[in-house]
Amino acid sequence: MDVLLQPQLWASTLAMTVPLALPAIGGTFSERTGVVNIAMEGIMLIGAFFAVAFSYWTQNPWLGLLMAMIMGAVIASVFAWAAIRLSADQVVLGMAVNIFAAGLTAFLLNTIFGFNGTPTKTPSLPSITIPGLSKIPFVGTLFSNQSVLVYIMIVIVFAAHWFLFHTNMGLRMRSVGEHPLAADTAGLNVWRLRYTGVILSGILSAMGGAYLSIGMLNSFDVNMTNGRGYIALAAMIFGKWTPFGAFGASALFGFATALQIALQSSGVSSNLLQMLPYALTILALAGLVGRSTPPAADGIPYEPRR
Amino acid sequence: MRRTWFQILTPVLASIIAIVIGAIVVAAIGYNPLSVYGALLAGAFGGWYSIGNTLAGSIPLILAGLGVALAFKAGLFNIGADGQYWVGAMTAVWLGYHFNSLPGWLHLTVVLVGAMIAGGLWGGIIPGLTKAYVGAHEVITTMMMSYIGISLARYMIEDGPMRVKGYIPQSAKVDKSIWLTVLISHTQFTTGIFIALVAVIVTWILLYKSNVGFQLRTVGMNQRAAKYAGINVPLYTVLALGLSGVLAGLAGGVQMLASTDHRLVDSFSSGYGYTAIVVALLARNNPFGVIVAAIFFSALNYGGNNMQMVSGVPASLTDVLTGLIVFFVAAERLIPMIGTWYRKRRSGKHTLNVSEKG
Repeated sequence: MDVLLQPQLWASTLAMTVPLALPAIGGTFSERTGVVNIAMEGIMLIGAFFAVAFSYWTQNPWLGLLMAMIMGAVIASVFAWAAIRLSADQVVLGMAVNIFAAGLTAFLLNTIFGFNGTPTKTPSLPSITIPGLSKIPFVGTLFSNQSVLVYIMIVIVFAAHWFLFHTNMGLRMRSVGEHPLAADTAGLNVWRLRYTGVILSGILSAMGGAYLSIGMLNSFDVNMTNGRGYIALAAMIFGKWTPFGAFGASALFGFATALQIALQSSGVSSNLLQMLPYALTILALAGLVGRSTPPAADGIPYEPRR
Repeated sequence: MRRTWFQILTPVLASIIAIVIGAIVVAAIGYNPLSVYGALLAGAFGGWYSIGNTLAGSIPLILAGLGVALAFKAGLFNIGADGQYWVGAMTAVWLGYHFNSLPGWLHLTVVLVGAMIAGGLWGGIIPGLTKAYVGAHEVITTMMMSYIGISLARYMIEDGPMRVKGYIPQSAKVDKSIWLTVLISHTQFTTGIFIALVAVIVTWILLYKSNVGFQLRTVGMNQRAAKYAGINVPLYTVLALGLSGVLAGLAGGVQMLASTDHRLVDSFSSGYGYTAIVVALLARNNPFGVIVAAIFFSALNYGGNNMQMVSGVPASLTDVLTGLIVFFVAAERLIPMIGTWYRKRRSGKHTLNVSEKG
């Protein structure tokens, strides 16, 4: 139980939450407008790769992050176009994007950087210690030497909640996910609002990916997301399609991951500990939160009346 | 009839579009697409050795793909065939070195049935029950169970009871008397192919010629209607995911009796689960189509390795192709859309001509 009282564990939890919470909030936007986005795993990989590549070429990690976000938006647009315009099966499309992204990033890693992997001289995003906060005993450790994306994530959590529940645009996006026909009748552009939702999810997922490659580290590895996009999807469902809920659930999974790392020296098999976040996901889905209801039109393509 | 043709045409066209895009990518990085694809083709089908490997690789894909297709037919997405495969493999190996005193045929049956049961329970119990009773999405639960299954198998041979003494984490070997007979020498192409073909026929009969299959497909087509028709939807949800797992588990079992190692080794990341999804999609969930799709992807896999060795183009190009193929299969409406657009343009020109004349 000692381990639970170590502030490092909680700092590490916060760090592990970022690559789950960002895509989970992105998924919330996408699904609130009615598009199931299981492509987040692939978009994270794309984000992770282009973040490293452009961080290295420009020697500026911020440009790397920006490029990751742009690429995330591009891939999400293609996904959205097929899902919205062509009414394709969204889950199958998502799988396609995931396979494509895993292949493409491995392919580019080999053709651009060769078998040695990404250069060790790649700059990563800065870590920040908040001067005032760091004086406080427990909270201080939590907010010292964290990647700048940790703070950005916290801002995004609140901004996303405000946007989705306290602005006109948010209301419109939600209405499209619940009852597109009614929204269409009221004069809203269903397709455009859905594109907005999916592209937002692409940008946030790519940021989550970039955090893995230039936030925590400064390198890219084949398939380095390791299923985080799917866990983010679970976190979104666990969080009942709300930004705060998605963040809370991500923090829970982040904790499971951090705990697994903290316990690695304890003698318990790491293979068993690795099951922890996944088992927790199943427990969560199996009723810890009760039955959660997705937006009514989630996953259903909509044909506008002409 | 037209519908059948469209169903066959879509995957073929999707593959062609993907191959063309792949050629452009290859040309863009400065290789000759013809020689690159030539190396891919030679690696897959150039000579008996290559053919044997391609066919050998298709066996687990046929079985796991069949499983995914069966779940699809019931409207369920089994994304966790990989874990079911490993749990099946683990069980098969354990039974394979424990019950050596049994006569060969019985031992073989015990091993394969054990693998099927293990895979079926892994896919059916938790994902099936949580889907049926609390509405947990099977995409996530099967995926999570998959990660847990792979970690469990890894635990068994690294720190767990199945590890044999030595520096390399691995299990003991399956008893030699139940190894599957090799059909093309120096390859892993074994009599496992017959097990796979029997599974295809049984699945086809189950789906299209049996009462159970009818109810399963009804649930897949419209769950609400099925419920009002008096079909026990929760039962068929558990059953469909369970049977799906049975086939993936069998894939693992057969592979353990056919591979060169005949044991669980640490170097596993089969990825069969993902390819199985793609196989089922490309086959349009048709059990016989699964055979063709499985051979196609196995050929891509072996051909891709040869392509990397001969031309230096990374084998991951084949994953890019796979992703594109699935994308274009899903976006099937693209093809009629282009057709309509083309006709509109032509008829547009036509009216223009008429007006000019008038």
